[in-house]
Amino acid sequence: MIMYKKRLDGRKFDELRPITAKVGVIKNADGSAYFKIGNTIAYAAVYGPRDLYPKFLQNPEKGILRCNYNMMPFSGSGERVRPGPSRRSKEISYVTEAALSPVVNLEDFPNTVVDVFIELSQTDAGSRCAGICAASMALADAGIQMKDLVAAISVGIVDGQILLDLDYQEEAYDKGDVADVPIAVIPSTGQLSLLQMDGQISKKDLMKALEMGKNAVNQIIEAQRKALKARLEVREK
Amino acid sequence: MTEEVRRHVINYLKHDLRYDGRKNLDYRPISVEVGLIKTAEGSAKVKMGDTEVIAGVKFEVGKPYPDIPEEGTMMVNAELLPMSNPLFESGPPGIQAIELARVVDRGIRESKAIDTKKLCIKPGEQVWTVVVDLIPLNDDGNLFDAAALAAMIAIKNAKFPKLEGEKIDYKHLTDKGLPIISEPISITVLKIGEHFIVDPLGTEESVLDSRLTVATKDDGTICALQKGGSQPLSLEDVEKMIDIATTKSKELRKYLR
Repeated sequence: MIMYKKRLDGRKFDELRPITAKVGVIKNADGSAYFKIGNTIAYAAVYGPRDLYPKFLQNPEKGILRCNYNMMPFSGSGERVRPGPSRRSKEISYVTEAALSPVVNLEDFPNTVVDVFIELSQTDAGSRCAGICAASMALADAGIQMKDLVAAISVGIVDGQILLDLDYQEEAYDKGDVADVPIAVIPSTGQLSLLQMDGQISKKDLMKALEMGKNAVNQIIEAQRKALKARLEVREK
Repeated sequence: MTEEVRRHVINYLKHDLRYDGRKNLDYRPISVEVGLIKTAEGSAKVKMGDTEVIAGVKFEVGKPYPDIPEEGTMMVNAELLPMSNPLFESGPPGIQAIELARVVDRGIRESKAIDTKKLCIKPGEQVWTVVVDLIPLNDDGNLFDAAALAAMIAIKNAKFPKLEGEKIDYKHLTDKGLPIISEPISITVLKIGEHFIVDPLGTEESVLDSRLTVATKDDGTICALQKGGSQPLSLEDVEKMIDIATTKSKELRKYLR
């Protein structure tokens, strides 16, 4: 039974929130990006390849990708977020690394690190996905060799209805079951490099939701590409 | 290397010239964005050249200090994100972040910018705590002045959230702003060799002899000072630096309007 018939913000079930994507937003960084989806805003800055210390972390085969996800203290929709790493932010950093690693080629830079700092200035659900979208653009902006961009989005189910890009009021919907499935897609192969889920969903609904997410990714990739191209045009001038 | 950079910077300053073409006592172009963070009760972003700082205000409800049971509290925190400068490292706030937060805090606190007596909910039991977080997005020098300006604009922009019993309803802000009595402006003057400059670039900061941050109120009263750098200052230096700061504060004050 589908009980959630109309989205609280009036969107269609398979409609993304409005996206703004920019690159080159942080001057000091080797590459940087801004990705806004609805009211969730992620900044990403890339530094590297640069020396990696302590030395025992170095890999003589290739450079390593190190991601760090962090919410600014005022970015939560409720109370102030205490600064510093939490269990949540460490896990998100870790899955973000895994989401981006398959497309990043650091074989030419042994013993180095590429640092990706992801900072959320404002959140309304979907922050890890926004962070991955920003990070992928920032890596490209930094000139890191990549096989493809990565786009991430959350899909899910709210009270029986399969949805794209849940916002906070949908994630917190209390009149029925909610499942939230953040995914990252490598568009050229259609493979997933991030897949998490919390809530309850049937296999059938899950596969439908994933299909919906995969289809939506094109719109995100388009926004990312457009931003990167615009940056190149500025450089050429 | 630093010695060479220093010599180079000083050679420029002799001609009243900076790397970016400014004069010694000029600020870079400043732009301000107010209320940009929807999840904060007050916010501002200040851009000073390539230096960019966000200040966000969050309200909390807590117990008052026992010695001031009828006053609310204010706290300033700064996070020097490794995103904003390749020299910043992850981890708990270092001395740089702590100094930045405390200097901005002092300017606001000692000017009595916020009337903390009006932040009392129930004497001895419940008061408002105002937390100002300072987050640089990009550091190209002079975080002190940019952060202090952003903090004050964010404080002026802040609106109380609704209070339901002991709980804050962050979803609904009232139209009541913070009780503001005075509006401090911080100006940092650097001494490099025999030259005085304001609004240093990152490169200039790296070769400074001494710096003095001067916070002044609208009427020119000095409300906080902080000397930094490895070299001492003579009284004549201090007087000169305060004069420069007082003059410059009038220029920056217009961004508070």
